[in-house]
Amino acid sequence: MEKNNLKGWLYLLPAIAFLGFFLVYPLVDVFIYSFEEGYNSASQTFFGHGWYNYSYVLHDTYFLQAVKNTIILVAVTVPLSTGIALLISLALSSIKPLKELFQTVYFLPYVTNTLAVGLVFMILFKKTAYSDGMINVLIQLFGGKSVDFIDGPYWAKMFVLCFYTIWIVMPFKILILTSALASVDQTYYNAARVDGTSKFRIFYKITLPMISPMIFYLVITGFIGAFKAYSDAVALFGTDLNAAGMNTMVGYIYDMLYGNSGGFPSYASAAAIILFVIVLSITCINLSISRDKIHY
Amino acid sequence: MKIVLEHLTKRYPSRDRKRKEEVIAVNDFTFEIPDGKLIGLLGPSGCGKSTTLNLISGLEKPTEGKIYFGEDDVTNLPPENRGVGLVFQNYALYPHLTAYENIIFPLQNLKGEEKLSKEEMEERAMKVAKMVQIERLMERKPGQMSGGQQQRVAIARALVKTPNVLLLDEPLSNLDARLRLQTREEIKRIQQETKVTTIFVTHDQEEAMSISDMIVVMKEGAVQQIGKPQEVYDVPENLFVAKFLGTPPINVFEASVKNETLYIGSEAVLRVGGVADQDVWCAIRPEGFIPDENGPLTCGMIAVEVMGRDTSVVCTHDLCEAVQIRTIISAENKIDASKKTIRFSLKPYKTYIFAKGSEERIDFT
Repeated sequence: MEKNNLKGWLYLLPAIAFLGFFLVYPLVDVFIYSFEEGYNSASQTFFGHGWYNYSYVLHDTYFLQAVKNTIILVAVTVPLSTGIALLISLALSSIKPLKELFQTVYFLPYVTNTLAVGLVFMILFKKTAYSDGMINVLIQLFGGKSVDFIDGPYWAKMFVLCFYTIWIVMPFKILILTSALASVDQTYYNAARVDGTSKFRIFYKITLPMISPMIFYLVITGFIGAFKAYSDAVALFGTDLNAAGMNTMVGYIYDMLYGNSGGFPSYASAAAIILFVIVLSITCINLSISRDKIHY
Repeated sequence: MKIVLEHLTKRYPSRDRKRKEEVIAVNDFTFEIPDGKLIGLLGPSGCGKSTTLNLISGLEKPTEGKIYFGEDDVTNLPPENRGVGLVFQNYALYPHLTAYENIIFPLQNLKGEEKLSKEEMEERAMKVAKMVQIERLMERKPGQMSGGQQQRVAIARALVKTPNVLLLDEPLSNLDARLRLQTREEIKRIQQETKVTTIFVTHDQEEAMSISDMIVVMKEGAVQQIGKPQEVYDVPENLFVAKFLGTPPINVFEASVKNETLYIGSEAVLRVGGVADQDVWCAIRPEGFIPDENGPLTCGMIAVEVMGRDTSVVCTHDLCEAVQIRTIISAENKIDASKKTIRFSLKPYKTYIFAKGSEERIDFT
């Protein structure tokens, strides 16, 4: 028994070594940094231990703005993108002709370069000296007033960011959901048909429970992904996100480390730990809610 | 409720793009199923028996022909308006619902005037649950039940809305041998209790023969013979039916008729009155052989298997289709297994002759 244990650990060693070095150690390190006040990375010195870093970060208006932005982004994009992806997958799985073509079309954004996508959004939304952007042209066509989506009011910028995020995450969700729908055994539908089950009830009572593990997976990863959003905001609004008022939590952490106002690893660590705690608690809440609702 | 099938035909377009010909799953099926009977649809896999079931349930639309339930033409009715209960081969119980929730699922679908209160649903669910003896399993999910228990839940779900017709698709194929025997008796009992017209599909002839009031033997989409199990066994219309029914299977010989006498090789084995001279298939049931030292048919001895009540003599003959001939004789006959050959005489009513080309049975006196 003793010998077997040793052997087991030996087999686990490579994985433990890599995970420990690249995952656990940095996490612990960040945790320690977050309590070291006035840490200077060049001289590796600090004044003392305490809660000052957290206090600073939580009173920083830029951080509070970033938290607000991130929470709006999460609350809007996760339900919307999952819901729309579910609708599109249902439509995809109920058509026969051109099904493969549509699947390809819906999956294309996933393999498209982010910069190319950014360019397209530029054409759609950006106001330049020559044009107001396609969306504004449309708005004007219907008699509305043109809006500056990139440098304009907060709600317009938030709209573009949410729109962009939903558009980026959708293909993967559609892919997962169409395959989940295809894997539901056809005889369940036949059984339901013989019993005269209405379309809505079939969806609500059979399809949805059958694919619930996949939806749950998408919601969890969607939450985590949206909390970690950063590059999307950069692609739309440029690197100085604080000035644009569109910073996210990860963006704030990055700025604290390397940005123009950077060089404060302690503040960055404190912000990272706060983000970690938020994501962890949201995921725990998700898991406990899902325990009764998911049917494996 | 009686069910009438009129020239029922189902063709599928060929999946192979190069070949244009259609696949005929069911070919010109005409049959009237009397009210309250248990009917077995029997045939080898791919013979169209499941398609026939799907046509009756309405899950598939026939290419040609009509289906009547009683006097009503239901050919174009969708399945939910036909009042059929269907038990699927894999039961198709919803895995996320308990047995009780599965059983009341069809009742919850009812709308308008038919709508039931919770108490009525519970009452009806408990009634069918009692009938299939699963009252104590109602809170379990399908994953927590054995195959036989799932089967019962599936039957209860099909019966709970008191269907006009109960359809069972290979109801026993997912059960182990012991449970299969027990469950087929159960099906018979439930059918007799509810008196609902029941059609079940099987490829196992023993299963069909043992519980059906009538069996329908199918081959390649076409009906071969319809009748009471014993009749079909005793008087098979053609060679296929003769071969398909019975274990051990019937023994088929190449034979010929000359001067109203049946010859296997050069041995004159039986008088066959009223048959013209021709080459024929001669088929003999295992129980049609009588060991007889002066018998006309000589076979090479392989083994004698004693099974208590019966004795099975395994032997060979050059003109037999199969490598071995298996006969079943009463254990009272003492067979000397050390002999090289054994001679038999034949029971005329266990011997059949079939035309070489059409394989139809030829009657003799």
